[in-house]
Amino acid sequence: MYDMKALYEALSVEEAIALRLAHPEAQIIAGGSDVLVQMREGKRAGKELISIYRIDALRGVTIDEEENIRIGSLTSFSHITKDPIIQRYCNVLGEAVDQVGSPQIRNIGTIGGNTCNGVTSADSASTLHAWEAIVELAGKNGVRRLPIHDFYIKAGTVDIRAEEGEIQTAILIPKASYENCYGHYIKYGLRNAMEIATLGCSVNVRLSPDKSTIERCRIAYGVAGPVPMRVPTAEAVANGAKPTEALLEAFGNAVIEDINPRDSWRASKAFRQHIAVEMAKRALRESIIKAGGELA
Amino acid sequence: MSNVGKSEIRVDAFDKATGRTKYYEDRMPADALYVRIKHADIAHGMVKAVDKAAAEAIPGVVKVLTCFDVPDIPFPTAGHPWSMDPGHQDVADRHLLNRHVRYWGDDVAVVIAENEVAASQGVRALKVEYDVLPFVLDVQKAMEDGAPQLHERFPGNVLKHTDMKKGDYQKAIQEPGLVKVEGWYDTPTVQHCHIENFGCFAYENGGRLTVVSSTQIPHIIRRVVGQALGRPWGDIQVIKPYIGGGFGNKQDALYEPLCAWCCTQVGGRCVRLDCAREETFVSNRVRHAIRFHIVTWLRKNGDIAARKVECFSNQGAYASHGHSIVAKAMGSFPQHYPCDNMECDAWTVFTNRPAAGAMRGYGMPQASFADEANIDDCAAALGMDPYEFRRKNIMPQGFHDAFSGNTNYYDSFRQCMEKGAAYIDYERKKAEFAKDTGPIRRGIGLATFWYNTAVYPISLETSSNRMLLNLDGTVNYQCGETEIGQGADTAYAQMVAEAVGLKSYRDVHVISCQDTDVTPTGLGAYASRQTYVAGFAIRQTADILRKKILDYACEVTRQAVGNMDIVDGNIIRKGDGSVLMSLKELAMTAQYNPVHSEHITAESTYTIRNNAYSFGCTFAEVEVDIPMCKVTLKNIVNVHDCGSLINPALAAAQVHGGMSMAIGYGLSEQLLFDEKTGKPLNNNLLDYKLSTVMDHPHLEAQFAENPEPTSPFGTKALGEPPACSGAPAIRNAIFNATGVAIDHNPINPHVLFAEFTKAGLINDPWRSKED
Amino acid sequence: MSVQYKVVRCNINGKDVERVVDVRASLTDMLRNDYHLTSVKKGCEVGECGACNVLIDGECFNSCIYLAVWAEGKHIRTLESLLGPDGELSDIQQAFVDEAAIQCGFCTPGFIMTAVEILEAGKLYSDDELRKLLSGHLCRCTGYENILRAVKKTMYRRLGKEIDF
Repeated sequence: MYDMKALYEALSVEEAIALRLAHPEAQIIAGGSDVLVQMREGKRAGKELISIYRIDALRGVTIDEEENIRIGSLTSFSHITKDPIIQRYCNVLGEAVDQVGSPQIRNIGTIGGNTCNGVTSADSASTLHAWEAIVELAGKNGVRRLPIHDFYIKAGTVDIRAEEGEIQTAILIPKASYENCYGHYIKYGLRNAMEIATLGCSVNVRLSPDKSTIERCRIAYGVAGPVPMRVPTAEAVANGAKPTEALLEAFGNAVIEDINPRDSWRASKAFRQHIAVEMAKRALRESIIKAGGELA
Repeated sequence: MSNVGKSEIRVDAFDKATGRTKYYEDRMPADALYVRIKHADIAHGMVKAVDKAAAEAIPGVVKVLTCFDVPDIPFPTAGHPWSMDPGHQDVADRHLLNRHVRYWGDDVAVVIAENEVAASQGVRALKVEYDVLPFVLDVQKAMEDGAPQLHERFPGNVLKHTDMKKGDYQKAIQEPGLVKVEGWYDTPTVQHCHIENFGCFAYENGGRLTVVSSTQIPHIIRRVVGQALGRPWGDIQVIKPYIGGGFGNKQDALYEPLCAWCCTQVGGRCVRLDCAREETFVSNRVRHAIRFHIVTWLRKNGDIAARKVECFSNQGAYASHGHSIVAKAMGSFPQHYPCDNMECDAWTVFTNRPAAGAMRGYGMPQASFADEANIDDCAAALGMDPYEFRRKNIMPQGFHDAFSGNTNYYDSFRQCMEKGAAYIDYERKKAEFAKDTGPIRRGIGLATFWYNTAVYPISLETSSNRMLLNLDGTVNYQCGETEIGQGADTAYAQMVAEAVGLKSYRDVHVISCQDTDVTPTGLGAYASRQTYVAGFAIRQTADILRKKILDYACEVTRQAVGNMDIVDGNIIRKGDGSVLMSLKELAMTAQYNPVHSEHITAESTYTIRNNAYSFGCTFAEVEVDIPMCKVTLKNIVNVHDCGSLINPALAAAQVHGGMSMAIGYGLSEQLLFDEKTGKPLNNNLLDYKLSTVMDHPHLEAQFAENPEPTSPFGTKALGEPPACSGAPAIRNAIFNATGVAIDHNPINPHVLFAEFTKAGLINDPWRSKED
Repeated sequence: MSVQYKVVRCNINGKDVERVVDVRASLTDMLRNDYHLTSVKKGCEVGECGACNVLIDGECFNSCIYLAVWAEGKHIRTLESLLGPDGELSDIQQAFVDEAAIQCGFCTPGFIMTAVEILEAGKLYSDDELRKLLSGHLCRCTGYENILRAVKKTMYRRLGKEIDF
């Protein structure tokens, strides 16, 4: 039995917006795998909840008229992994969210919840950053879209305007981002299931048609800073470069310039830096191989 | 037909596979009030005041009780048999609620409410004012002068110090040419993590108190509840339903006394006290973190000339099982690798951590880690193969321990190691892995242990049971040694069928759930004693039952008792094997005989004055990814000599579970505390790294079956032994793979990062400029 | 503070049911307290142990972190649904019994329900895939060894294939 003051249920986006405007103090709950846990801990005890979990219109993956991959915010992790569009165009996202918690958590957890939490360890977040996803929000003034990088304001805080009744409705991946792009995600955890990432690293590349050159390389981390982050210095090293073993070294070592992990009881800064470098090398290697390239 | 030595289906399997099995919460009266505990959020201090007003104002809150309300009766909690010798009685250092807070999570107050939400709100609304005191978490620091003191009765925080001496250590180490191998080996605080949290409920019933509890030790709980409440023990009834695992945590009075007392404070209404997982981690019991200092002096030929072992056991805030654990750990050394000159010391020391109690292995996983790490270090120092070094020095066949009376009747250690080495292909792999020089390196390691089966002669060892011949010729069986998941009831059914002469173990109905009002007094489930200890009482009681049956059969059949036997549920004439009558016919005749009616039952107590060595080993194969600081366990085998197997399939299953626990102990599990506040950091199943099914390779369980001569069924310990040698085998495999000897577990990536950096296997160029 | 209630209509173990439910209730609360389905166990109440796992529209969920009101219109299955009308065990239950995959029994119901989802996929999974699919359940007794065997054996049987342990 959860200690909640009241529960409001929305069955449509319009209802959700109206409820949000009527109850500005209420907490939105999607799958609840974070909100309910916090409520039980006492952190959010006694709060009002607005459940959007049963808004079925926000589920599913499609290609929209602009050829964006459109992922409804309430799509569960397991449905993202199994989705043929994701498997074809952005397999790494499916692989990344297939490493969230456990099968049960992947069935209840949603990509919207995972991003709206604003936590740096979210398994979807580094890949969404590395693929320059767009977040779609709906509120009383209509739809607002912004790059995922701008969506994250600080640890635990994202750009959702409660006063405008906003909820997140979709995550979009533009065609320019996913076309001919192949990636790899490495989650570093202390066990092989039921883990929060000690560090997450998502790399993707687009090779030249003859596979001899890395046309574009993007890398993003979770837990390398207070919010998920891109690593431009390393990207600059790889962009336009030939895929070689030496490049992997240089790419990995460049990571250290940009990341800013912290010391906590979960892991030291030095440890996170060390594995970040190693993970970058390995994720780039896998990305190149997935893209059909060879390492010289 | 023999009923033992067969892989029979568990007697409780059907109900458990259908979800019908009732655990304590499934028996909960719907009107039970909820008790929630206010745990201290400081590590050490005195409660000055508790402001109850806000909590009492919450609708649904029935009563708030604090440490100022409880009776001033200190009581012990350890699930040991009571000792009639006051000098050996468990330390009575607990109150139901504590004014002197001794760890973060100590029990300060309770809220009793009509529903769980109100109870939780009530707890959050309590305002506790403390005089905060300095605290200490580390065992050595707690022994220093000026350290914060936890218990007035134990100055210097030392609960107990004992030692053992053999030969003349100081003289022996003067021998020229000895090689000294010295190490400090540190083991962590871990928790049992049974999947069912502890919980219980209590109600008054005819002026008496009934407590239904998820416990391993119902009869002992009755005694402790009586002691804590100052009530006659006959006033207390304890019922133990099926329990979702215990592993020693529930071999302690956890919150039964508090729950029973709360019941008396609300007019005898039913109250329930359910521990959340977070509480189970901190406010139940944990495994003792023990730090060992070992100095081994070797001759060049591989002989151990002398050995010194110091053990520092972190007791946490309350005595619980106290010194017994480290005493057992220390006691393992002189017998494991006997040598002529030894000095051993063990200290049990209070600190401001959760109380440590019994946990599967009872000191031996700790001792095995330290001992077997040091033994590998010894082999390395002499350039010997660790397997060879063990073969040379380990307890030999015929070894006898005068104190316990144990004898190593077979060459069990060497047999176990041979089987393990053969399974894992030790020699070939060791040679092959030695060639690995890249970032990924493989290694192989082994470790051994011995284990005492029962608690004799340290404590009373007794078992009582009752058999009742049903009118259909089946037998009802009751005993106080509890089923806690390990399969004891099935082993009992098989042994009873065997001892009485029934056709099948299915002809035995084990009355599983103990009720202290009706179950013969027994000590519960602990040590690895169930099958061994119950075996004595089963044999004895079956003999009484058989005699009664045959005496009656003599009346009916006119055959001499000595000419008859009970085989496959029939009374037969021994001479020609002819069936005289079935047990059903006999039971019906005896019950309904108008002239001589008899209800055939037998009950007896057996006091066991034996004990038995159990032996075993683990071989582990690892792959170490040095840059990623990751160990993958590729292959693992445990080989046990636990005597004759009553049920080989269940024995193997028991080994799997212990191996899993040992893997966690070796690689991932550790309860962490904030050094600045003493607050537990990871007391939940997400942050505490219990192995998942993805963290194991296949677990291979093998046996060297040497019948134990002292045991009526040839059995000896298996419950705890599988948890003992896994962690050091993994440690030694990592040592073999990388050349890095790591002296503390769990060997997780953080530890590997630090150790590999120290050893030069990892060299991050950017660190010099930053650190 | 007034308690808020809601009527929840759903299908539980093949039967259409409806009940007025306290909106604060988890699905675990509803199944255990209102429908007496006590195979649904509580081991952590935060979705980490898997003891409360049930199938909702064919997928496994930890019912402890699933609001009871979300069950509206759903098909929910618990372990109680598997027993045949004459008390016969389903193949997966029998396999758990035969393979000594049960010890204390507390994680068993959750594990079996995940196994049901795995088996209903009708696919032949590798050992590694099976481990991943079962990884949402913690067990302290068995080391998972015989649980894995029981699921694997049943999977092979259903697919009419020879098992290769």
